[in-house]
Amino acid sequence: MQPFHTLAGLAAPLPRANLDTDVIIRIDRLTTVPRDQLGVHAFEAIRYLADGSPDPTFLPALPEFSGAPILVSGANFGCGSSRESAVWALQSMGYRCIIAPSFGSIFYNNCFQNGILPLILDEALVSELMNLARHAIPFKVDLQHKVVEAGDRRWSFDIDPLRREMLLQGLDEIGGTLLEDNLIRAWQDADRQRRPWVWNLSEANADSGVKSC
Amino acid sequence: MGRTHFDKVWDAHVIKDLGDGWALLHIDRHLLHDLSGAPALGELAKRKLPPHNPELCFATPDHVVSSAPGRTETTYPLGAMLWAGLKQGSEKGRIRLFDLGQPGQGIVHVMAPELGIALPGTTLVCGDSHTCTNGGLGSLAFGIGSSEIVHVLATQTLRQQKPRRMRVRVDGRLPRGVTPKDLALHIIATLGASAGVGHAVEFAGPAIEAMPIEGRLTLCNLAVELGAKFAMVAPDDATFDYLRGRPFAPKGELFERAVETWRSLAGDADAMFDREERIVAEAVRPVITWGTSPDQAVAIDQCVPHPDDAPSPAVAEEWRAAQAYMGLETGQALAGTPVDWVFIGSCANSRLSDLRDAAHVVRGRSVAAGVTAWVVPGSELVKRAAEAEGLDRVFEDAGFQWREPGCSMCVAANGEQVPPGARAVSTSNRNFVGRQGPGARTHLASPAMAAAAAITGVLTDIRSF
Repeated sequence: MQPFHTLAGLAAPLPRANLDTDVIIRIDRLTTVPRDQLGVHAFEAIRYLADGSPDPTFLPALPEFSGAPILVSGANFGCGSSRESAVWALQSMGYRCIIAPSFGSIFYNNCFQNGILPLILDEALVSELMNLARHAIPFKVDLQHKVVEAGDRRWSFDIDPLRREMLLQGLDEIGGTLLEDNLIRAWQDADRQRRPWVWNLSEANADSGVKSC
Repeated sequence: MGRTHFDKVWDAHVIKDLGDGWALLHIDRHLLHDLSGAPALGELAKRKLPPHNPELCFATPDHVVSSAPGRTETTYPLGAMLWAGLKQGSEKGRIRLFDLGQPGQGIVHVMAPELGIALPGTTLVCGDSHTCTNGGLGSLAFGIGSSEIVHVLATQTLRQQKPRRMRVRVDGRLPRGVTPKDLALHIIATLGASAGVGHAVEFAGPAIEAMPIEGRLTLCNLAVELGAKFAMVAPDDATFDYLRGRPFAPKGELFERAVETWRSLAGDADAMFDREERIVAEAVRPVITWGTSPDQAVAIDQCVPHPDDAPSPAVAEEWRAAQAYMGLETGQALAGTPVDWVFIGSCANSRLSDLRDAAHVVRGRSVAAGVTAWVVPGSELVKRAAEAEGLDRVFEDAGFQWREPGCSMCVAANGEQVPPGARAVSTSNRNFVGRQGPGARTHLASPAMAAAAAITGVLTDIRSF
């Protein structure tokens, strides 16, 4: 995973609350489009007009925001479905940092798994940043020092230390957890004694003695 | 200090404390479906890793398989590769698969409770946000992303940060004609679609204690639309009665031993919650959504709200956009609005009790001209049980299509879509823009209200039906 240290560039404004992952990427694209090409389909329900031409009210697609690595949006961004492809679609559009007052919990987690920084900032600050983004003021996000800058102004932010570390180092969680495998297996051995009903599954068949509901 | 039900189950699964509220948690049950499970099994193979505990994994195709009568795995050709990936990955990894036509096949969150795979006091995950459904049995159940699926397959654990605790207490009794679905939508409309973000929700109080298990599953299902990744109801006698005799639930003496442990998991009287909300059950009326977020919902006898009454200019703008998308006028009465489609199904409302509720409304009547109405049972076992009672005949005689189990039109990942601009009443859980197909206009409602709309051809107050 690509580590995240600092990120500088424009921020695209997307001033809407509750943008769900169905809107971020339509589910039927997942059966046909490779992960790194999802970007053109991102937000398609709100990005194009009925005739297929770009909707000028969808600001991130305007030429002045082309190449912006940051997206600023409203509360509860990424709510809804757990599809990690919502993160891949944003990644494929070129975003590496999403700023919002709050995020859908599963989406938030998925961002960290892909080296994307979902930055939670106070609602008033996000609306101020939204305004600066609209005016194409350049942004800088410094994860090492936990500072976000826009133009000549700067604000510090809080982030969970473990999550920050994961991004700074580009850590692969699975490799790290497998180092604990002895601990996991010891826990499981003890649990087989503690809660045998969790583990006694071998003889059951789905059609054996199913009771009517 | 006392602990909540959530705390007790969480604490019992901590393999290692990682600091700052993080823990390496053991995962007792892992559900895999075609859309997210198949690629994860492929990724695991690519990493040359075996499943850590295949006996704790349960797979079934539900998202991308057709629900057409007589379907095969290739009826929806674009889903065939994912189905094949799930089948091959399960075989190779020695993971139990409930395939098409077999008992056990169905929507993951219908299958896991009915087979006794979801148990009180277990941790259960799936690459699907509605995994919180299983919390209705007292399981600490939550949805995860693709990377986390691979992590669970490889290690049977997850790194998780403990959420804040929230209790929603429902006092009193639900009025006649008001279902758990109405209660869920009422709670979401009252508290907002992001009220539960960062929280594990516990539903409690007299109305919950009186609620049958299938209703608790519906209520917990909708918790993610409140923003909560986790939702639970502490297990009680109704839970134990529901589970006794199910295929993967413990048997005999072991069951009684398990019950003893499960009883000890109820929250302590002095347990503290970070947030508490109270709902009065008597105040809940049959609910219908009017917008494109599940919190844009009102009682069926209400009108489409005026943006001037919105709490802020930004919300007013969202209401305007939602009403334009839905093709509704501000101030118009919702009851009486013509509908084109009715979908009875999904992990919210496709269990036997839901189908009975809908059939009760439909029996001896006919679907209105111009309405296409589908019933998609949640699982093969629900389908067979419903057919044994003759419910399939009730629906088909009325002009409904009686289809094969799966997610179908709730998520429209299998090509089954509501046409652009068409208005649907759906017993599912999401009315997002484009959720049931590009341009589709979705109204969420209970099975009885959906059935009534199919018969009358308009949004209908079930109390006056």
